[in-house]
Amino acid sequence: MPSAPQRPLDLFAIDHLLSEEERAMRDVVRAYVDAQIKPRVAGWFESGEIPARELALELGELGVLGMHLEGYDCAGTSAVAYGLACMELEAGDSGIRSLVSVQGSLAMYAIHAFGSDEQKATWLPRMAAGSAIGCFGLTEADFGSNPSGMRTNAKRDGDDWILNGSKMWITNGNIADVAVVWAQTDDGIRGFVVPTDSPGFTANAIHMKMSLRASVTSELVFTDIRLPGSAMLPGVKGLKGPLSCLNEARFGILFGTMGAARDCLETAISYSIDREQFDKPIASYQLTQKKLADMALELGKGTLLALHLGRLKDEHLIRPEQISVGKLNNAREALNIARECRGILGGNGITLEYPIIRHMNNLESVYTYEGTNEMHTLVVGEALTGIAAYR
Amino acid sequence: MKIAVCVKQVPDTWAEKKLRSDDSTLDREAADGVMNELDEYAVEEALKLQEAHGGEITIITMGPERAGETVRKALSMGADAAVHLVDDSLHGSDALATSYALATILTGRDFDLVFFGSESTDARMSVVPAMVAERLGVAQLTFAQKVDVDGTSVTIQRVTDYGFETVVANMPAVVSVVEKINEPRYPSFKGIMAAKKKPVETLSTVDAGLEGSQLGLAAAWTVVEDFAARPPKAAGTIVTDEGDGGVKLAEFLATQKFI
Repeated sequence: MPSAPQRPLDLFAIDHLLSEEERAMRDVVRAYVDAQIKPRVAGWFESGEIPARELALELGELGVLGMHLEGYDCAGTSAVAYGLACMELEAGDSGIRSLVSVQGSLAMYAIHAFGSDEQKATWLPRMAAGSAIGCFGLTEADFGSNPSGMRTNAKRDGDDWILNGSKMWITNGNIADVAVVWAQTDDGIRGFVVPTDSPGFTANAIHMKMSLRASVTSELVFTDIRLPGSAMLPGVKGLKGPLSCLNEARFGILFGTMGAARDCLETAISYSIDREQFDKPIASYQLTQKKLADMALELGKGTLLALHLGRLKDEHLIRPEQISVGKLNNAREALNIARECRGILGGNGITLEYPIIRHMNNLESVYTYEGTNEMHTLVVGEALTGIAAYR
Repeated sequence: MKIAVCVKQVPDTWAEKKLRSDDSTLDREAADGVMNELDEYAVEEALKLQEAHGGEITIITMGPERAGETVRKALSMGADAAVHLVDDSLHGSDALATSYALATILTGRDFDLVFFGSESTDARMSVVPAMVAERLGVAQLTFAQKVDVDGTSVTIQRVTDYGFETVVANMPAVVSVVEKINEPRYPSFKGIMAAKKKPVETLSTVDAGLEGSQLGLAAAWTVVEDFAARPPKAAGTIVTDEGDGGVKLAEFLATQKFI
């Protein structure tokens, strides 16, 4: 008589490392994802459309949007609680977690950290509630890993700014009410808060994606957009502005990827126990058990790493190269886990009846966005040797 | 308006429930504890009335220390304060003892309405709301699928096997709710963080002025003599369709008295 199966993360007693409050927040997001996201997301992925406005309002009501920011109707939680929320959201779908990351960690964080009082008061409460959606324009078609080469520029015209250029791979672009756009100026790279109804602002949806289909991805085009002087983010100059925002979002990815991996592994374990071949469950074969055990180890190690980095972040001790360690490891291992789980499900693994290939395809994006695997490898390499190999 | 909501922590609905071998009571350590699902609907209804009419919501629970998690969940949803009766001597209390303890706590606190879920998922007796109303000497409005408050009276739609009855009573009154009544909200993150700062009055049975002789397993009016695990599911009957599948199915349903 087999004993009752344990969940993979129970092997690591992860809950023992969380406070009651952190567990309560995690449980709320998990319950929301189970009830509202998981039953519907395969359909969104299939059709390539998501009810983003409706979801943003629901997520705003829970308090997920900008949850780790203080004031302006944001919940003001710990970084660990934010990470745990990302984990549960991405156990639903990386696209939903991306919506939340871009809203909270990129757009809201940029305004919160570098904005004027007026910019904060205008946008943050509405963005926390989900009634306004934000996007973040840094990457360009020809400048991904090397954003310093960006061509988008803002030129002074009296007190105003005139913004020209384009941005690529912008999550939430077509549904956003406001874009935080980084542009070259005579004074270096500066950030601008651009309402998307500004004349000269165009967003083009990117179609024919095979990944993050339950997420809006866009190209933004700026043609002589006239912005008042007050549109510039006053608090930061140079690339450290956008890069600090990316560190916030990457931090959520450390946890999020482990959520997607957990959902894949739990699905594969349950499938392998039910699925019989040669008159016994495939879970009873040693080849399957080795796969499951190896994946559980990587899932547990990645989750422990994410929690450790989360505690460092809450103590304001975390360094950018440590976030690279986490992003590099966890995105890579999550993708490996998803692929291995896909194999365990055989033909069933390629359908949207099960979440695995959806997670697997999503993780292909997560593997390269927010810093490619290669860039994070070189950041870690630089930390170990003192030599920057990417220049 | 002052509203009390009585909530209970129960083993996770989906977990396998076990009885303890030493005293045949429910093994509460064997599964995660959650707020009894119908009690969430009771909390939600109280919050809706508060939003419409103002007032204060107090959560009342009796149970071991870990039932504090359920108290905090109710406070996270938006309730204002809580009373938690926790005492080893309560272990094994039956419905009569529970209603005695709850009614004693409620007495003197001047509540206009006392909400309950209409049953708990562990005991499933649905008698505590009625017993508490009786002990308090106030109206009992049970199995409500709709609640309206107007001045000093409360009106409910009481679900029956045939439809519903409209029942009106003067407040104070005890109301138990069914799951049709609303859709409970999720606790928000702000609610979860605010819950830590809300007052929770922790009472022992002595603090609450309860007589020990009426509480616990020894005072229970029923005794569990023996119990056995449910036998494993028997193999089902397979009906092979040889052109008469429909008839065979109908015959099976008839022998089981389904039709």
